[in-house]
Amino acid sequence: MSLTTTGMKAVGRPRGGTDLGDISRALLLSMLDDRLISRLDALDRSNLNEFGVDPFGFNPETAKVCVGPAWWLYKHYFRVQQRGADKIPDGRVLLVANHGGQLPLDGAMVIMSVLAERPVPRIARAMVERWAGDLPWVGTLFARCGQIIGEPDSCRRLLNADECVLVFPEGAKGISKLWNQRYHLQDFGLGFMRLALETRTPVVPVAIVGHEEQAVAFANLKGVARALRMPAFPVTATVLPIPLPARYYIEFGDPMHFEGDPNDEDEVIGEKVAQVKSTMQRMIQEGLQRRGRRVFL
Amino acid sequence: MAGGHKAKRRTVLLTGIAGTLGQLTARRLHRHHNVVGVDRRPMPSRAKDIVHMRLDIRRKALENVFRRYRPDAVIHLGVMHDPRQSAEEHHTFNVIGTTRLLEHCHKYGVEKVVVLSSANVYGPRADTSGFLNEDAPLLAAQSFAEMRDLIVVDMLAQGFFWKHPGIETVILRPVHILGRVRNAPSNYLRLNPIPTLMGFDPMVQLISDEDVAKALELALAPRVRGVFNLTGPGQLPLSMAIDEVGGRRLPLPEPLARRALNRMWSWRLTTFPPPELDHIKYSCLVDGERAARELGFTPDYTLRDTLRAVINLA
Repeated sequence: MSLTTTGMKAVGRPRGGTDLGDISRALLLSMLDDRLISRLDALDRSNLNEFGVDPFGFNPETAKVCVGPAWWLYKHYFRVQQRGADKIPDGRVLLVANHGGQLPLDGAMVIMSVLAERPVPRIARAMVERWAGDLPWVGTLFARCGQIIGEPDSCRRLLNADECVLVFPEGAKGISKLWNQRYHLQDFGLGFMRLALETRTPVVPVAIVGHEEQAVAFANLKGVARALRMPAFPVTATVLPIPLPARYYIEFGDPMHFEGDPNDEDEVIGEKVAQVKSTMQRMIQEGLQRRGRRVFL
Repeated sequence: MAGGHKAKRRTVLLTGIAGTLGQLTARRLHRHHNVVGVDRRPMPSRAKDIVHMRLDIRRKALENVFRRYRPDAVIHLGVMHDPRQSAEEHHTFNVIGTTRLLEHCHKYGVEKVVVLSSANVYGPRADTSGFLNEDAPLLAAQSFAEMRDLIVVDMLAQGFFWKHPGIETVILRPVHILGRVRNAPSNYLRLNPIPTLMGFDPMVQLISDEDVAKALELALAPRVRGVFNLTGPGQLPLSMAIDEVGGRRLPLPEPLARRALNRMWSWRLTTFPPPELDHIKYSCLVDGERAARELGFTPDYTLRDTLRAVINLA
């Protein structure tokens, strides 16, 4: 049974659908190719209710309309190359990635990569910054595409439901870092490790290369950011953080298994986090070397 | 269970029996229990074996009912939600009424007290996400003063639970109740067009009034006590709920909607208090796992049936 959003019209009056809506919908769908549509159709749907929505608001049919632009960016703009998507195990898994590039397109590219390139497609559920998740339209769009506002309880529920969760433990510090700090991992939060221990979830380190070049930031106007209640206010080479067409390289590492008490002292948890962090830093350096001079072309 | 040979029929006192939910509950209970109902409102149709007394639970007459019928269990549905009543009337009816009722329960040896609260006591807020369980703080009053006495009712019942461990106290916090009831969420879905806030499409949890009545009956089972969130058949985006009832969505910019609703409220043109806009802006989801586990509650109605009951008024 396919439940498209326009197919939802029920009893009585039809919904007032505009031609403009239909045109933009067709345009968005035209950005997808058959392969991606078949992969979206192949997603596990056991979690969906009678309206085709999962408990957190993910709706594959709405996502189908929304991932068109992301897929175009993935294939034609950032020309993403990935390695190791086949290493992502079935069942619960925590993808831990480095953040950068002022706009969270790196998250979208990792999600597309897992969707398009893993032998069996999965939808990665990214833990989104609350500020972005509360924006009108953006927040709804994120939710329908399976993204969750980053809260430990939501993450725990997703992992217990055997979902694939994507976290950026550097948080806002990572995405808004300046040009001179590119590819230097910022401090990691410890929360993801506690959750991994608690739910016995394997951690897959993910190294992204290319997102730092999409927006070259020289300054972060913290005062302006505070006044506008934004997490950061970057000043980039293009003034606004318009993403440049840098090539993306995404590498998924081998799953790491950790054991221990999730309520251990920070130092003990910190050691485990450091293992993940150093693995990621190494993968990033390798990725940078492999990329060589092919940054944009 | 059913009627029982030799098993004594228990007497259940139901406050707010004349409301839609009260009538549904009475209809469910009277086959196995003696049902005594109190309400200020008249109750035009009822089964012959259901007793209905027209009285105000704040008054002395309530104690006479306890003295005369000696109820084994009390189900308290008589909480006023009508936002058009004055704050003063609201407060005394809900808070003083509940206080009196609980005093009588203690004095006359009631074994079981079931209080119908609401998941609204948690309050829809920007900074809650995920699913709240029964231990979450009751924050609704911070942005919504009208909710204050509903929180007080919940807390009075919680206090009673702790003070009288010999009495089995059950507090039920259902999500938005839909059905033939004339409450805010059902009335909202009966509007046409249905205003929404541009850019916001929260997940909403719904439960059928029939399922709430079912849970109230389950709460009467021996040894059941404590606080339970009641979730129905799950949650869905508000836009899909509106489409399902065949409504036309009217998305309004939030500042405009707030200003217009404030104005209409002050002119008494609407029954929706302005802070209720938060319900169509933020998701406020609760976890009903405990009711499923300890109460054995599963909803009979699907989401679709729950929604359609709003428009198929029999």
